[in-house]
Amino acid sequence: MRKYFGRKIFVYALTFFAAVTINWMIPRLMPGDPIKSRLARASLNDAGAAEALYGYFNKMFGLDLPLWQQYLNFWVSLFQGDLGISIWNFPTPVIDLILGAVPYSLGLLLPSIILSWLVGNWFGAYAARSKWLDNTILPIGYILTATPYMWLALLLAWSLGIVAGLFPAAGSYGLSLQPAFTWTFISSLLEHWFLPFLSLFLVALGGWAIGMRNMIIYELESEYSNYLQALGAPRRLIRKYAFRNAMLPQLTGLAVQLGTVVAGALLTEIVFSYQGLGYLILQAIQNQDFFLLQGTFLFIVIGVLIANFIIDIVYALVDPRVRVQMQGGAK
Amino acid sequence: MTAAQPLPDPTTAPEEPAVATPKAPRLEALYFALRNPKLVVGLSIVLLFLLVGLVVPPFLEHTPGERYAPPLLPPSAEHWFGTTQFGQDLFTQFVYGIRSTFLVGFLGGGIAAVIGMTIGFVAGYKGGWIDEVLNMLTNVVLVLPTLAVLFIIAAYVDSYGVVTQSFFIGMTSWPWAARAVRSQALSLSSRDFVDLARLSGVRPWKIIVRDIAPNMSSYLFMTFILLFGGAVLAAAGLDFVGLGPNDGMSLGLIMHQAVKWGALQLGVWWWFVPPGLGITAIVGSMYVMNVGLDEVFNPKLREM
Repeated sequence: MRKYFGRKIFVYALTFFAAVTINWMIPRLMPGDPIKSRLARASLNDAGAAEALYGYFNKMFGLDLPLWQQYLNFWVSLFQGDLGISIWNFPTPVIDLILGAVPYSLGLLLPSIILSWLVGNWFGAYAARSKWLDNTILPIGYILTATPYMWLALLLAWSLGIVAGLFPAAGSYGLSLQPAFTWTFISSLLEHWFLPFLSLFLVALGGWAIGMRNMIIYELESEYSNYLQALGAPRRLIRKYAFRNAMLPQLTGLAVQLGTVVAGALLTEIVFSYQGLGYLILQAIQNQDFFLLQGTFLFIVIGVLIANFIIDIVYALVDPRVRVQMQGGAK
Repeated sequence: MTAAQPLPDPTTAPEEPAVATPKAPRLEALYFALRNPKLVVGLSIVLLFLLVGLVVPPFLEHTPGERYAPPLLPPSAEHWFGTTQFGQDLFTQFVYGIRSTFLVGFLGGGIAAVIGMTIGFVAGYKGGWIDEVLNMLTNVVLVLPTLAVLFIIAAYVDSYGVVTQSFFIGMTSWPWAARAVRSQALSLSSRDFVDLARLSGVRPWKIIVRDIAPNMSSYLFMTFILLFGGAVLAAAGLDFVGLGPNDGMSLGLIMHQAVKWGALQLGVWWWFVPPGLGITAIVGSMYVMNVGLDEVFNPKLREM
């Protein structure tokens, strides 16, 4: 048990270390002078202004220090929660912007991930080895997994949002509203939340259904299913066992897919101008706000790591083999 | 499960003379391939798009960026897919976009396949501490959210082309392939024929290439197809946020421009529907094709 979690935590710590190092390294590793190219993109006309900015950024990044010290400083300021100051929304610290956006992203991600996983597994389990369901769910599933996130978001925003006018197609709450704990605000929030949620939910749904279907077919081929069948066990019972066994790989699959789903959420937020992390990333890219971009990246990595760890815990709780070990049973 | 009796395993079927083995299995695979609707339909759609992307561009009179037509024309006989706000022909953009979609898929998926398979084979065959280290590396890259890493990389590169983009995508999307190949290689490397090769002093690299890989070639091919689809989707995501290649046209870039210039609000559906539909059709039919291939190669899955 301790070994299981010890290994996992070690990998996550290593991943975090790698992510921070990537974050630090990329601006320094890229060919050319990152600050110069950034200034070039900003297309400043005044040479003096460009020079002043160049000096400012050089100091800001601490590029005048030796490399190892830059790297160390990066870690120190990271642990102080200092991710720099946003250029897009000057002079708000990047960390404040991110903390403001995280609830919106989580509000989209958690329900869509959990619901699509549950519903997808359920559909997939029913589709396995039942001819007509299989023939309808499977193609739909493949089309959904092949759909680019932003395209489905665009389709929904256009069809249900703009043409049908059922839901607002942009923003995270009404333009005239201020965040408050009132009914009007909350209902507006929910209205704006629905389409991005639906979009994320649908894209992920297909993959889970297909995965579960394949797992169930595989389980139904296995020895214990044949044995149960030979004993004359009812179909329902065999399927129940198969389902339980298929759940575990699906849980691992969820951990593997997290990064993709989070990235999909970023794209979806951009389509709906939903003010989560994806929207911040878009603003950062469009406004050359590299502190914001890097800060958001780190936050996404941290989020994915935490989610992975939670899945590991759930896995340990669900898997009877691990559970028995935990209770001091058979080794 | 109960009703559908699996066909007799063709390799042990009595009427098949054992001498004819070199050709028979391949013919048999072809026999099932042509009778598998998933494979046939999927492959036809992919080939159709590939053909359009390869053959049509030279026949087009205008370049994808050229502004020569009236703006925002709906689809018509003159402009099959309509025009953009700047009077660019969307069909031209679409065809060139298909071309770069396949390029990114082949290159990005190919690079990811090479890296993933190399790491998977070495880890699975060698075992020991090499396996431990490679496994750790795989797990670390696996947990990193690929697209977010790509955002960071692409944002710092000034200008780059489709090939560089494919390289970035390939470098970040290999881990799950490495994992899958590793577990297959691991189970194969304890077989008798591999032991025999090892005992007779064949070099490890040769064993991997000549004894292990051919025994899982269908698996490797299907892995490549999935990596291809993943690379296409990743590229579309990058292009969509505006971090795509600076030169050329891609399906993601068309959607980027559509959103940027308010196609949604203007109700110009022909600007953003076809590119996404193109990606979905290509990637979706590849996935369906994969299922078909799986059924052809794996007799257990054939449902007749």
